[in-house]
Amino acid sequence: MADPMRIRAAEKDGIVDVKVLMKHDMESGQRKDAAGATIPAFFIQTVIAQVKGKTVFTAEFGPAVSKDPFLNFKFKGAAKGDEIVVDWVDNSGDKRSDKAKIS
Amino acid sequence: MNNQRRNVLRLTSVIALMASTGLITSAQAAEWNKAAFEGKNLDDVLKAMGGTKPETSADIIMRAPDIAENGAVVPVGVETKLKATQIAILVEKNPSNLAAQFMLPAGAEAFVTTRVKMGQSSNVHALVKADGKWYIATKEIKVTLGGCGG
Repeated sequence: MADPMRIRAAEKDGIVDVKVLMKHDMESGQRKDAAGATIPAFFIQTVIAQVKGKTVFTAEFGPAVSKDPFLNFKFKGAAKGDEIVVDWVDNSGDKRSDKAKIS
Repeated sequence: MNNQRRNVLRLTSVIALMASTGLITSAQAAEWNKAAFEGKNLDDVLKAMGGTKPETSADIIMRAPDIAENGAVVPVGVETKLKATQIAILVEKNPSNLAAQFMLPAGAEAFVTTRVKMGQSSNVHALVKADGKWYIATKEIKVTLGGCGG
């Protein structure tokens, strides 16, 4: 699996605020290396956040998302102590899954 | 012919079963909208997302700087009072317009923030789908240093 992501999830007044920082080069496929060859596109494509098996948020990224993608979203319906699981898959098929307790 | 049908049915139901039991993650089973991410302009992207002409909405708030010092990392946030089921961020002057899109299931707040690369100063559009209709808000972001390594 790739490098871990950092997840912070905090519940307040029924709304869970989630911040995720993923580790990924997110190559756009636009850059050329020193030899002039195009560096191929390499980027996270889908990100899915789930709590108790239910999807609470989905993101589809293109190569224009910045390196080490940051994502902040909010949702209702979970409580402190529940676990949120975030999965991502990139265009090479590599994936990463991490979880955090909602504080 | 019967055998072929049987195999197709078997394969699709196995994948569905695998996804539901978590053997392959939902992320892998999810479709990444390739056509939308290859769209070269707003109309192409909208078409690929099954959308029609969006209505400008004052209810979409875009949180982004007027001037981004580093085009490689431009924070863009979108939030709205509309009952959004989908939000998309497009950078008009980027080679592929669609930077990212977000699907909001029931319970998700219409609020998202991420960071995008901008090749040059450009209009950034926030598209919101609510109640089956599409809405749009636009903000111009000036970039002092382009974000695609050029």
